[in-house]
Amino acid sequence: MGEPGTKEILSLAELEAAGNFRSGRKHIVSILVENKPGVLTRVTGLFARRGFNINTLAVGPTDDDSVSRITITLDGAVHSIDQVTKQLHKLINVLKIRDLEPEETLARELALFKVSADGAGRAEVMQICEIFRAHVVDVTKRAVVAEVTGTQEKVDAFERLIRPFGLIEMARTGEIAIGRGRNET
Amino acid sequence: MRAVDALMECLKAEGVDVVFGYPGGANLPTYDAFHDAGIRHILVRHEAGGGHAAEGYAKATGKVGVALGTSGPGATNLVTPICDAMMDSVPVVFITGQVRTDLLGTDGFQEADTIGITMPIVKHSMMIQHPLELPRAIHEAFHIARTGRPGPVVVDIPTDLSRADIPYEPITDVHLPGYQPTTEGNQKQIRLAAKALANSRRPVLYVGGGAVAASEELVELAVSDRLPVTCTVMGLGTFPASHPQWLGMLGMHGTRTANYAMDEADLIVAVGARFDDRVTAKLSEFAPRAKFVHIDIDPAEISKNVPAHIPIVGDTRNILPRLTAEYRALGPDPQRLEEWWHRISGWQERYPLAYEDSVDSEIKPQFMVQALYEATEGDAIIVSDVGQHQMWAAQHYHFDKPRHWINSGGLGTMGFGLPAAMGAKVGRPDKQVVALVGDGSVQMNIQELATLAQDKISVKVFIMNNGYLGMVRQWQELFWDRRYSHVDMGDYPDFVKLAEAYGSTGLRFTDKSTLVQDMKQALATEGPVVVDVRVTAEENVYPMIAPGQAARDMVG
Repeated sequence: MGEPGTKEILSLAELEAAGNFRSGRKHIVSILVENKPGVLTRVTGLFARRGFNINTLAVGPTDDDSVSRITITLDGAVHSIDQVTKQLHKLINVLKIRDLEPEETLARELALFKVSADGAGRAEVMQICEIFRAHVVDVTKRAVVAEVTGTQEKVDAFERLIRPFGLIEMARTGEIAIGRGRNET
Repeated sequence: MRAVDALMECLKAEGVDVVFGYPGGANLPTYDAFHDAGIRHILVRHEAGGGHAAEGYAKATGKVGVALGTSGPGATNLVTPICDAMMDSVPVVFITGQVRTDLLGTDGFQEADTIGITMPIVKHSMMIQHPLELPRAIHEAFHIARTGRPGPVVVDIPTDLSRADIPYEPITDVHLPGYQPTTEGNQKQIRLAAKALANSRRPVLYVGGGAVAASEELVELAVSDRLPVTCTVMGLGTFPASHPQWLGMLGMHGTRTANYAMDEADLIVAVGARFDDRVTAKLSEFAPRAKFVHIDIDPAEISKNVPAHIPIVGDTRNILPRLTAEYRALGPDPQRLEEWWHRISGWQERYPLAYEDSVDSEIKPQFMVQALYEATEGDAIIVSDVGQHQMWAAQHYHFDKPRHWINSGGLGTMGFGLPAAMGAKVGRPDKQVVALVGDGSVQMNIQELATLAQDKISVKVFIMNNGYLGMVRQWQELFWDRRYSHVDMGDYPDFVKLAEAYGSTGLRFTDKSTLVQDMKQALATEGPVVVDVRVTAEENVYPMIAPGQAARDMVG
């Protein structure tokens, strides 16, 4: 790779090969923050600056009014996530950060699927919903809305199965997560 | 009282004796409060000048600097000093005015999203949402700026809130649950580091700006056992350059001795340094034989660029004495360093910092720095700008004490020098303060000459004038086939006339034979003095690690 300040011309292929492209495992990062304006921007800004692409993001209250939980899932990057978590610790309004171990973590998201279901396909859609323990929360002549809860992978699987029937639209919350066992996340 | 009067009380409670600022519409209430507050306010000529002055003040005194600006352009003009303070870990509180709360987000006159714009370049920032929050926010800002790894904190105050009548009670405690810097340093890690040091045969202490408050403690450790010491450009003066264990600065324009020692070291103890790319050069070939002890107050610096074998998180001032005690208790054999010093002395003899002096009266830039050293008896606070002159000053002015070398290291901000020297002189009126600047960089904040004159701030400005943007010219010469593109500054302005117009004494020196004497006279002249020193136009800073090369492949 060429150094800045030298006249060497860089090939695009070389640049891309050395670039900061995603790979590696999925991460679920749980961040407890003070419930103050602008905190979410500080947190997400840090991920962006360090070249991480946020896959999902969920923010909500905790058992303590003054504290919110931000749950972020990442596809991972070439860089170690350590540098981001260390930088996150430096934000004054961040109280606690956990890069959750997948085996030790319960993660769930909620999704709503609007599927066209007129005629023949309808029964089959209902059947798939049943297998996935999805609730049908709205039914019209030409469509149903199903509510699914589960891990990202389960929701992905449901989407794959339902899509051929005519997926009109979909909304997902992104995962929230909590550690298994007695200890606080 | 009004919230802004409470602000004044808070500043006084924080021990603030001087602030640098510029008034405008949105901070009119604050400026009304200054009228009777009894705090010295220095009216700068550009907010950037005020920001850098606050940095210079902080760097020279170790106290928190304060800079003020109004909303919108006042705040955006502060962006460069804020970023500069972030990169060099300078404790400065920036207080900006903001439009009234009912105008927020409406593109009101002189509205800018100051908090949003500065978010990536602050240690912390707060916009006041309610007037009652203001006193606590100010104390939190000072606490955050000064403790842990110091840095800039921005407090943005909407103008309507600043006029609100609030009950004011002095605040004596600050409670920040998400901010608890580690300062102590783990004893087990310190013991491990002592052992590693006692077993090493080719150790180097590599010292950065994070040790500026631990100069004595560092010398104690070094003299325990003839441990060789090198400093980054931010660390110069932390270890005395006149000391026999001094290797010189390291990095791109460091000495061969320092860089070769890093290259061959078996143990490097990094003290408040962050393995910047100007220090490591080609990272994959940096110090290939070394294990690393990394002492830093910021855990995010540990293993950021170079993996640390023994990390110690904490304040260098707490850690170094304990490391010294543990090291001495081990009673290491001093003989084991004989061979290493033999090698180091060999480099020192073979590669002193040398340059070819002129045969006529022409002033070589290196000679100018040496003359300045002589004329100031090595005891001035030297504040540099950014460029060739900065590197020559770092190389040839041998700093013996901390806080005597002030420069913009991380961000490399041209225009830093003159205002920072102003701040340094305000903070240390007892010291001779010299702004050693380039003819290019000084023009980026030259308006502060007016401030120097009006407030009778006796800074001596020495312009190393080669008529070029010298560092860029050097790179174009060496790495871009000498295709000089927009680096010729011509013979403009006439700095002597300009100095006089601004109310300073203006002088021009062109003859090396009388330079030291001339400089002494300039230094003895009362009030601000601007000296245009004409130096060799095309001179390069050497030695140098060329871009992409390793330290052992230094040239020049």
